[in-house]
Amino acid sequence: MGTAIKKGKLHVVTLTVNGEEHAVLVKANTTLLDLLREEFDYTGTKKGCELGDCGACTVLMDDRPVNSCLVLAVEADGHSFTTIEGVEQGGKLDRLQEEFINQAAVQCGYCSPGMILSGKALLMRNPHPTEREVREAIGGNLCRCTGYVRIVKAILAAAEANS
Amino acid sequence: MIIPEFEYVSPQSVQEACALLVQYGDSARVLAGGSDLLVKMKDGLMKPAYLVSLKNLDSLKAIRYETGTGVIIGARATHNEVMNNRLLQEKYRSVCEAAHSMAADQIRNIGTVGGNLVNAVPSADLPPILIALDARARIVGSSGERTIALEDFFLGPGKTVLEKGEILAEIIIPDQSTTGSNYIKFGLRRAGALAVAGVASSVTVSDGTCRDVRVVLGAVAPTPMRARQAENVLRGKKISRELIDEAGRIAAAESKPISDIRGSIEYRRNLVNVLTRRSLKAAIEKGHI
Repeated sequence: MGTAIKKGKLHVVTLTVNGEEHAVLVKANTTLLDLLREEFDYTGTKKGCELGDCGACTVLMDDRPVNSCLVLAVEADGHSFTTIEGVEQGGKLDRLQEEFINQAAVQCGYCSPGMILSGKALLMRNPHPTEREVREAIGGNLCRCTGYVRIVKAILAAAEANS
Repeated sequence: MIIPEFEYVSPQSVQEACALLVQYGDSARVLAGGSDLLVKMKDGLMKPAYLVSLKNLDSLKAIRYETGTGVIIGARATHNEVMNNRLLQEKYRSVCEAAHSMAADQIRNIGTVGGNLVNAVPSADLPPILIALDARARIVGSSGERTIALEDFFLGPGKTVLEKGEILAEIIIPDQSTTGSNYIKFGLRRAGALAVAGVASSVTVSDGTCRDVRVVLGAVAPTPMRARQAENVLRGKKISRELIDEAGRIAAAESKPISDIRGSIEYRRNLVNVLTRRSLKAAIEKGHI
């Protein structure tokens, strides 16, 4: 590598991903998205537009959805993240994931991790959302296959199961 | 997409940040949320050698009330923090609504109030309502600080009055006699769309008379602009439908829109007319600021 890292320094970043704490060395221009995919192999976090428009790279940062393509890995220091791989608990799918399957809310699947994480964040802060609130919560996640109807149904069904 | 290489520094105090900005000069940019800056860097529109991150400056994140000063919003507060802040919801719900009208949840969790202002994009959603509420900008530099009217903060697209080594630290919304305010935007979609036009208004109404008013237009001039002629027509008059219609027409005439991918000059002028009327009506009727 030697001269390749002319701009210098590698930065030490301490962060928690899916419940595990890690200390990693990152270059300043590495995005959280690339760190998660390349370093941690959490490739469920999808790379889409890389400009914060499509939501495929959505992860939860301290339980709030963010576009991981617009967060620098160095800025992730001290924060806690959940990727799609961290949504299941003890090998058992989350209810929301089950409902995505039950409602056939997945077609090509590329938007699904981001959709599920946006839906999960919504249900954590608002266990009984209205349809409008669901649609708003996934407003930053683009799907080009199913047309959202089944995705909305799946999130509402998971909310129903909360009660 | 690759972000060009740069040096990353994360100072521990505002003073240190200002000193670094003086030292690095034009080769440095301030990194707050990054939702605009990183996109520009990926697109190759900006290639700073240094990013000075405000990450550690928690003093710039608070939203608080100070007697005699007003509501103070730290420049690092995110749009969702503004939208969900109890103090703002009680005192200036229109500001929360404007923050809510922006982008999508993911971006609102990253993007900051300061970033929205400093980027000086003509279609930004927060400037119109903040100017309507007579907000001030507290600017901190290496040799002291100054507070100016937010109205005077913008010079043109991407240009503000910030000098080398200066940071926008806080927005102050002073106590006021305003009886109602509102921000309304028109975007091509409900989520994730920039304003084709946006109008904010604040009114002080008593006995059916408009005692004071501000009308501020977004996305229809190089900077957010006050529709002063429309304000003058309203001020001191008995409120009527005809008066509001007249204000809408005048605001449309004094706006200075351009034609671009989102709308033509004519379309934007028409929007200003319609949105000004709606915004004024809502501010007059809704009974909260």
